[in-house]
Amino acid sequence: MRIYPAVHYTMGGLWVDYNLMSNVSGLFVMGEANFSDHGANRLGASALMQGLADGYFVIPATIAGYLATQSPGKRPKTDHASFVQAEENIRNMQKLFMNSKGKRTPASFHKELGKIMWDYCGMARNKAGLEKALQLLPALREEFWQNINVMGQEMDWNQSLEQAGRVADFIELGELLCLDALKREESCGGHFREEYQYTPDDEETKKGLVNPGDVKRRDDEFAHVSAWEFAGVGKQPILNKEPLIYEEVHMSTRSYK
Amino acid sequence: MKVTLKVWRQKNKSTPGEFKAYQTPELNGNMSFLEMLDVVNEGLANKGEEPIAFDHDCREGICGTCSLVIDGKPHGPHQGIATCQTYMRSFEDGDEIYVEPFRAAPFEIIKDLVCDRKSFDRIQQAGGFITVRTGAAPDANSIPVPKDNSDLAMDAAQCIGCGACVAACKNASAMLFVAAKVSHLGLLPQGQPERFKRVKAMVDQMDKEGFGSCSVTGSCEAVCPKSITLDFIAMMNRDYAVALLKGDPKPIAGGGA
Ligand code: FES
Repeated sequence: MRIYPAVHYTMGGLWVDYNLMSNVSGLFVMGEANFSDHGANRLGASALMQGLADGYFVIPATIAGYLATQSPGKRPKTDHASFVQAEENIRNMQKLFMNSKGKRTPASFHKELGKIMWDYCGMARNKAGLEKALQLLPALREEFWQNINVMGQEMDWNQSLEQAGRVADFIELGELLCLDALKREESCGGHFREEYQYTPDDEETKKGLVNPGDVKRRDDEFAHVSAWEFAGVGKQPILNKEPLIYEEVHMSTRSYK
Repeated sequence: MKVTLKVWRQKNKSTPGEFKAYQTPELNGNMSFLEMLDVVNEGLANKGEEPIAFDHDCREGICGTCSLVIDGKPHGPHQGIATCQTYMRSFEDGDEIYVEPFRAAPFEIIKDLVCDRKSFDRIQQAGGFITVRTGAAPDANSIPVPKDNSDLAMDAAQCIGCGACVAACKNASAMLFVAAKVSHLGLLPQGQPERFKRVKAMVDQMDKEGFGSCSVTGSCEAVCPKSITLDFIAMMNRDYAVALLKGDPKPIAGGGA
């Protein structure tokens, strides 16, 4: 498999149980789309490794257990109330996009969002920057719904409409990323908070255990998964902490020294 | 740099299409071809014209979603890469570039540069699977695979199912795609139980979809973004011949556990 550097996506994903099933019964989430292996550290190509591990080894052994409990013909149908509701929500959203007579394309919002995320929630983040982003993003979300302009027809193959729906989601996810990065007051793997790094004055540096600039993890407070629960658009999501407990092999910090 | 595009525009499958000329704004040579189309589309949308529809997803050569025939060559001027990995620096300032969809009768045009490749899915569904047992996960390395076979199977598994082989072929033959899928599984121990049934089912489906026969021109191999070789077609032909000689296995009465 050949790999090369490219702009990367999000780290972390939907909450799943040990069998890779989400909290919706029967909805299994594999690879990068789930949270199970990422969120802390990610080296190159580990997204692909996760896809392979989940697809080759985990799912074939776990999904069968779920399928064995299902009887054919008993699956929820498309006249199920939740389905009707979901379909109606999508239709309303599409109508809203098509009827909006705004001035800006979905791509321009996507770009602005990308710039905010790159500037304030990129590889190195800090409190001030993340707080700034958390002011800019709700304003962007507001403007998005007021000032969007989607070309083409609703019932045609319409990539602008598709993009508008995606960008709406991206803005929400971007806000969550910034919130999570703000609350996690440590540096850990791909999350580097500028405030949490070793300085020449730290005991550990003096003892020669770490180099100045090495990441400072704070396992006493942050050895947990942050599983954020959606509480509605524009509402602060609810934090569920899942402690990371290792009985046999204990966590250690990587040191390049 | 700036280039002039001659782009195939077609409203839908029942409306005839035509080439339309677009002058790009100033471009950066390090933009990918698809990013260049994004820029052109942004300009079109701002002028109130409908953006050019084109397929894309991963934009790093691993998903097989991008297509495009660029100046008469599927996936553009370079060998062994996809359209999304083609950069504007491969073109000269002032160039006139023709951009067309993949053309073949079984690939109906949906809109502009987007064609329908569901026929490939149906070929896969006809035989691109193996039988696995359910229950606890098997031990790793419990099935020995000869190194030569695993290497070859890996080469075949590189196929991303984009359809460039069909677009390049004067017969619109899908042999390279089908051969890659058949060989990938046929070379591995896990693929043996269905080996001969698979090759027949997949070739039959390929014929049903209306893809042409192979006359060994080798154009498919020349444009394949994953450099799949004609050897796999030879391998598939052999398996197909054996499958015909063997005939369909007789059903055995009283199966089941
Ligand atoms: S967009 Fe995925 S291979 Fe080109």
